[in-house]
Amino acid sequence: MSEAVKDGGKAGLMRRRLIYLSPVLVFAVLAGYFLWGLNPDRNPRILPSAMIDKPAPEFDAGPLAGMDLPGLATADLAGGQVSLVNFFASWCIPCRAEHPLLMALAERGEVAIYGFNYKNKPAEARAWLAQLGNPYSRIGTDQSGRIGIDWGVSGVPETFVIDGAGRIRYRHWGPLDRGALEDKILPLIKELHG
Amino acid sequence: MTHTLAAVLLALGLAWSAMPAGAVEPDEILDDPVLESRARDISAGLRCLVCQNESIDASGADLARDLRILVRERLVAGDSDDQVRAYMVARYGDFVLLKPPVKPETYLLWFGPALFLLLGGFGVVVYLRRRSPGPAMGTELARPGPLAPEEQARLKRILEDPGAAAPGNGA
Repeated sequence: MSEAVKDGGKAGLMRRRLIYLSPVLVFAVLAGYFLWGLNPDRNPRILPSAMIDKPAPEFDAGPLAGMDLPGLATADLAGGQVSLVNFFASWCIPCRAEHPLLMALAERGEVAIYGFNYKNKPAEARAWLAQLGNPYSRIGTDQSGRIGIDWGVSGVPETFVIDGAGRIRYRHWGPLDRGALEDKILPLIKELHG
Repeated sequence: MTHTLAAVLLALGLAWSAMPAGAVEPDEILDDPVLESRARDISAGLRCLVCQNESIDASGADLARDLRILVRERLVAGDSDDQVRAYMVARYGDFVLLKPPVKPETYLLWFGPALFLLLGGFGVVVYLRRRSPGPAMGTELARPGPLAPEEQARLKRILEDPGAAAPGNGA
């Protein structure tokens, strides 16, 4: 009996120690979440894309009027080569910021760059490309924004990496930057090229 | 009683009339009032991806308007409410639903509060049981021993003559 009481006392002590520790554990978990939430590099507006690893949606976008470039359709993305699909508009200021990177990427020629002229007047898109240069080998027109919705686009610019089988492998939200290009997009393109 | 009831009803009525009228523009509204009311219901539960804490029903963003029109098109094409929602989720993920779905990834979100309530309740029960004396008492240390003979004698004195309490309690 006294032996049992002693054991019970020991276990009780252990249990009490655990109970005293629990606020510390709860604090540690909360602090972890806060650290994650307050990280200045985390942009809460950037949402994970629901389209990753899915085939590119069905679409057939006519060419940009007045340009000597073909339009863009789903079949163009499944031709066996890796491609970069960029939604842009001339009224979109971040698009202007990322444009030099697209131009540099086009010069390297490692990946086919296709564009969607998103809710944008053809004449304005032409003027924009004439002024800043044209990195795209195909441009599809998405005047209504419906193609963008099918791609899960919430605004321009957004950029997708498509593998040779026409599957969406990566989505970059917002303007491209050198970090994202060098750390994520270029390595992925290299990997997809195999 | 009737006054209280009237006041509550009035308050509810005011709250109801103060609800946002939505951003739906006249050209978006469907002719069929049943479909339109379903569209309003669905839109109120879909998040605007641009101004993320508004529903597409309340948001003035371009994308919200496009999505409102799309919701109506799907309904006219014969989709059920759930099919329309699934259509949006397929493109924008669960985040597009203002009310998160109940599934393993969200169990903690949905049942977390109940879990914390249970844990707290358990803690309270344990605490109260520890505090109250009885056969279920915890450890040897916590249980007070029997009174010593001199304590017994003092207790007896106090009980017999409440006026002569402990020394130093001079009145």
